[in-house]
Amino acid sequence: MEKLEFDYPSANRTVSKKAHVGVVGSGDMEVLMQPAEKGIAHVSVVTSVNGFGKSWQAVLDRFFAKHDGAVRIDINDAGATPGSVMLRLEQAMEAIDQ
Amino acid sequence: MSAASMIPAVSIPEFVKRHSFIELDARARAQSLMDSGSWRELVGPFDRIESPWLPKQGIAPQFDDGCVVLKGTIADKPAVVIALEGGFQAGSMGEVSGAKMTAALDLATKDSENGKQTAAVLLLETGGVRLQEANLGLAAIAELLASLLALRQHAPIITVIAGTVGCFGGMSLAAGLSSYVVMTMEARLGLNGAEVIEQESGIEEFDSSDRALIWAVYGGEQRVAMGVADELVTDDASKVAAAVREFVKAGRPSIHRSEQVDLYRQRIASIDTSKQIDPVSLRKLWNPKRGAQ
Repeated sequence: MEKLEFDYPSANRTVSKKAHVGVVGSGDMEVLMQPAEKGIAHVSVVTSVNGFGKSWQAVLDRFFAKHDGAVRIDINDAGATPGSVMLRLEQAMEAIDQ
Repeated sequence: MSAASMIPAVSIPEFVKRHSFIELDARARAQSLMDSGSWRELVGPFDRIESPWLPKQGIAPQFDDGCVVLKGTIADKPAVVIALEGGFQAGSMGEVSGAKMTAALDLATKDSENGKQTAAVLLLETGGVRLQEANLGLAAIAELLASLLALRQHAPIITVIAGTVGCFGGMSLAAGLSSYVVMTMEARLGLNGAEVIEQESGIEEFDSSDRALIWAVYGGEQRVAMGVADELVTDDASKVAAAVREFVKAGRPSIHRSEQVDLYRQRIASIDTSKQIDPVSLRKLWNPKRGAQ
C-alpha cells in the first residue's frame, strides 16, 4: 500500500458542492471530492498497488488541466486502471457540477 | 405448482425495463427503500471513519468502512436502513462497520422504548467476519446479535439479501434473528459457504463449482420454499421496496422464527442422516405447507 499526495495550486474554479462516488472493490476506487480554498487544491491517494506515482501524476495533471476546480480530493484505490481513475474523477466532477 | 412459479412470471419488456436492485451499490440500495426525501445518512463517507486495521496490512480502506446507515421513514413509519457494501472486502464486518450497525440498532431500540417504534432494515451482502480484523470482527457480530434481539422486542427487523455476494458466516445468524427475510433468486443464504465446506470436507462432500447444487442448497428460491426466508422477489428495486414496506407495515410477528426451538429440533431429529437428503425433500420436511406446493 502506498500513500501519495499531489498539489494543484493553480486550480482556481470555485465549486460549492461535494460528491462521493465509487467503491474500493478490485479494479475500482472511491473518490471524495469537496470544495477547497482557491490555490490549495490537493489530492490524497491511498492505493493498494505500489510504484505507480507517475501514472497518478499524469492522470491528475490531465484532470486538473481540464476542470481546474479548487477541490480537495481523497481517493481510496484498489487497483483501478488509469482509465477507470479518470472516469471516477469525471463522475465526481459531474455530480458536483450538476 | 412448481417451485419456479413461486415468483410471478415477468414479461420480457417488463424485465428489460425494470430498475435492477442488484446493480445498485449499498448507498443507492438503502436510498431506494426509504420514503423519498425522508432520509439522512449517519456517519457518512465524509466523516472518514475508516478501518484502522486494513492499512496496517497493506489493504486500502473505504471511507464508510463498507457500511451505510440511513435514518428516515418507510411507509411513513420511522426506520433505519443499514446496508453493507458487497463490493468492499465482500461486505465483511470489521470493527468500524460493526460499531456503526450496532449503534444504529441501539438508537432504534432507544427510540422504540420511548414510544417511537423504529423498524430496522438490514441489506446483507456479506461473507461474515472480516478476517483481517479477527477478534474485533467476531466481537462486532456478537454485539450486533445482542442489539438485534433487543430491538426485535419492539419493532420488526427486515433483512434483504439481494445478491450477488449473498449472506454467509456470522452474518447469516443476523438474518436468522430477523423478523422477516426477503431474497431474490440470485441471492444465497447459509452459515458455511460452499468453498469453505469443500476445503474442509473435500469435493466429494460439496462441489463448490457446481452452481446448480449451490443454488439448490443456498438459493433464495430454496430458502423461501423451506420457510427460512419469507418472500422471494425479482431483481427489481420497486418490488424489493414494496416487499420491505409491507413488512414494515405488518410490524413484529407474533413469534420469531428463531424462537421456535422445539419445532426445528424436531425437524432436525426427523432427518434420516444415513443417506443424503435432496433439496426438494428438505423443502417438504421443513415447510410442509409451502414445500408441498
